[in-house]
Amino acid sequence: MENRVPAVRMSGITKTFGSVVANHDVSIEIQRGEILSLLGENGSGKTTLMNMLSGIYCPDSGQIEVDGKEVSIRSPKDALSLGIGMIHQHYKLVDVMNATQNIILGLKEDKYDLKAASGRVREICERYGFDLNPEQKVYDMTVSQKQTVEIVKVLYRKADILILDEPTAVLTPQETEKLFDVLRNMKKDNKAVIIITHKLNEVLEISDRVDILRAGEFIGSLKTSETTAQEMTDMMVGHAVALNIHRPEPKNPVPRIKVSGLTVRSEEGLLKLDDVSFTANSGEILGIAGISNSGQKELLEAISGLQPVESGDITYISPEGQATSLIGKDPLDIQRLGVALSFVPEDRLGMGLVGNMDMTDNMMLRTFRKGRGLFVDRGTPKGTAQKVKDRLEVVTPGLSTPVRRLSGGNVQKVLVGREIASAPSVLLTAYAVRGLDINSSYAIYDLMNQQKENGVAVIYVGEDLDVLLELADRILVLCGGKVSGILDGRKTNKYQVGSMMTTLGGGEAK
Amino acid sequence: MNEKKKGPIAHIVKRPDISLKEATAIRAGAIVLSILVCALVTFLLTGDDPLSVFRTIWEGSFASERRLWVLLQNVSILLIISLAMAPAFRMRFWNIGGEGQVMMGVLATASCMIMLGGKVPEPVLIVIEIVAAIAAGAIWAAIPAFFKSRWNTNETLFTLMMNYVATQLVAYFIIIWESPRGSGKIGIINQQTQAGWLPQIGEYKYLLTVVVAAALTVFLHIYMTKSKHGYELAVVGESERTARYIGIKVGRVFIRTMLLSGAICGIAGLLMVGSTDHTMTTTLAGGRGFTAVMVAWMAKFNPIGMIFTSFLLAFLGKGAGEVATQFGLNQSFSDILSSIIIFFLIGCEFFIQYRIVFRKEAK
Repeated sequence: MENRVPAVRMSGITKTFGSVVANHDVSIEIQRGEILSLLGENGSGKTTLMNMLSGIYCPDSGQIEVDGKEVSIRSPKDALSLGIGMIHQHYKLVDVMNATQNIILGLKEDKYDLKAASGRVREICERYGFDLNPEQKVYDMTVSQKQTVEIVKVLYRKADILILDEPTAVLTPQETEKLFDVLRNMKKDNKAVIIITHKLNEVLEISDRVDILRAGEFIGSLKTSETTAQEMTDMMVGHAVALNIHRPEPKNPVPRIKVSGLTVRSEEGLLKLDDVSFTANSGEILGIAGISNSGQKELLEAISGLQPVESGDITYISPEGQATSLIGKDPLDIQRLGVALSFVPEDRLGMGLVGNMDMTDNMMLRTFRKGRGLFVDRGTPKGTAQKVKDRLEVVTPGLSTPVRRLSGGNVQKVLVGREIASAPSVLLTAYAVRGLDINSSYAIYDLMNQQKENGVAVIYVGEDLDVLLELADRILVLCGGKVSGILDGRKTNKYQVGSMMTTLGGGEAK
Repeated sequence: MNEKKKGPIAHIVKRPDISLKEATAIRAGAIVLSILVCALVTFLLTGDDPLSVFRTIWEGSFASERRLWVLLQNVSILLIISLAMAPAFRMRFWNIGGEGQVMMGVLATASCMIMLGGKVPEPVLIVIEIVAAIAAGAIWAAIPAFFKSRWNTNETLFTLMMNYVATQLVAYFIIIWESPRGSGKIGIINQQTQAGWLPQIGEYKYLLTVVVAAALTVFLHIYMTKSKHGYELAVVGESERTARYIGIKVGRVFIRTMLLSGAICGIAGLLMVGSTDHTMTTTLAGGRGFTAVMVAWMAKFNPIGMIFTSFLLAFLGKGAGEVATQFGLNQSFSDILSSIIIFFLIGCEFFIQYRIVFRKEAK
């Protein structure tokens, strides 16, 4: 078995972007009939490595062999002709077309025969157990169905080496199960499957072998059956970390934010939040769960004044007991009222930070208006920046390095650090640990807990249910813009939350 | 392994940040190359000696004291207009209406001199002139900013169109005020009384312009790097969403910054009419509203850097003009030479960002 020719062998691959070394002398291989997990923290070079295999980038040096033959992959088309297909994190589908049309888009077949194509799509679906209607329009699809279209698209092009980039990031636990069944069927069909991930439980569940990358370097290859989550974490991070999240009991919680009957429409008039009511208490972490795009963003933006509200009310109750309505106030008014909302937006660089500015200038975003006079004071923010850098262990060449040059995790630390530095009484965070490595994630959880113990009302929108269940005191589940239920974080489980995310009230629990 | 497929012959790799020294070397190399190509083109088209072409470029600016002063005046006006472009461009507001904003300053100054010359005391006239020129430029620039902040109109097209309106307004008033009658142009305004002429420093006609340019450079440098306004407009330029998120009123910053840009353009117009030319023509701005975009861009919107880039472009422009005259060629030829030089200057920026890696020959 060991001397079979591998489906893919990448050896000595190096790729640099400017001064950033994304991959350094990485070598991996995968056999047919095998599922390989590519594990690593964010910024460890997993996606870059796979992008070179799928023809998006060209390696600076190193060799790629497919079935023992050295190849040069210059474009995704080259990759496909070698049977390599990649399913990216961001789907590239045409909304107004149906599944089949999207699948055959760009193929140069002899004639355009939609019926025959649909037939073939159906055949593929049956063979691997996909749940897909070839005639369904993409705009009607859930995220999971869109992913299915992307996978079938690659299979339709006869790919037998599949790469999936963080395929479960947007799926519910139930949908993840389904996807894994499909992957197992592919494995039986002698295809080679590579999944990029940083979720350990999934690695253990689905893959045969796991290759670990750290900071662009290949660390090691393990047989999944012979390893543990702890061992993989240690290899991924480079040193041992504890894996449970601390959750102190809330201390005398009192209502801080009251939301009642909140309804929000998007600019296109779509209902984003529908009659949402809840209370967030001081000294408590309120987790918000939901499939992506169920109204989480709109909810946080409405509270912080960035999103116009159609009806309903949001009331802020200050620590002194004074109630103020936040409706109709812009973000600056909300700040000036003494209502301190700290908001970590979903896309950190697009909205929370300025990529081309350094840490000091980014700290200043919150405080530059302070003081009279025409000139900005850079001294105080510089102190803040230094403090954030020390406390959160931000890895940066210096305070004057533009934050866009930092890795994703460090950018996030800068943002969260700044928000916390403003000493808020309500802390709103969306995906605060998105893309963070384990170490930084735990640093962030600690910070949330500190805020909670200081009597701050923390609202935490999260994607990882395991974390949400361990961190939050209460969990509000959103489903299609409505409140599906509010659960006690200590008494619920992943499947209850998961089913409430997909069905209002959680009808058919697994 | 003979049938082994080869990789692409060359591919482009992003550079790590390169030192100022290397970047300067690349830019200097580009200038040298561009001059060599200019010499070659001149030689091929005219058969003249390339060395004398270089000498002529030099002489265009430095042959006499008068030429040096003209060069300084050109640099200063170009620098002032470029400084006006900088804050808007830092804000990613693509203002290409510098030409029109300057022309409005020209029109305002000229109209004050013509309408009020001799009717109000000289100091009052000059104050009115200054205010009028600044206001005219500022309003002209603020109109597109207002529409952008209100209805999100495209500022590039809007400012461009405003140029034509301004130029035609100037053309219209030239006909109304033409002197002598029937000449279709305005001669030197108030030649006898010198009413409304800006004061001359000592015996140097052009010194005032140079001093104003220097003062504005310092002012803008401080404005952009140290002031709250400068910080706000940088944030808006980098990310409008971030700016909204922290409560900056983006529309207001657009209008405020364009008022400043327009005001500075107005000053350029004021200096041209009031201090050096004392007349008004439709070509007084002479495309410098556009050249200024390039000056600002090449200096990465850094006011101090613009001193060098405006000097460079003004010097090369003069040199190219001189080559055309000396060798008995027409104006188009000097345009060809300027364009070659600018092509190299802009093109070399690519090599500062990226380098090209050639495939190593396999053994």
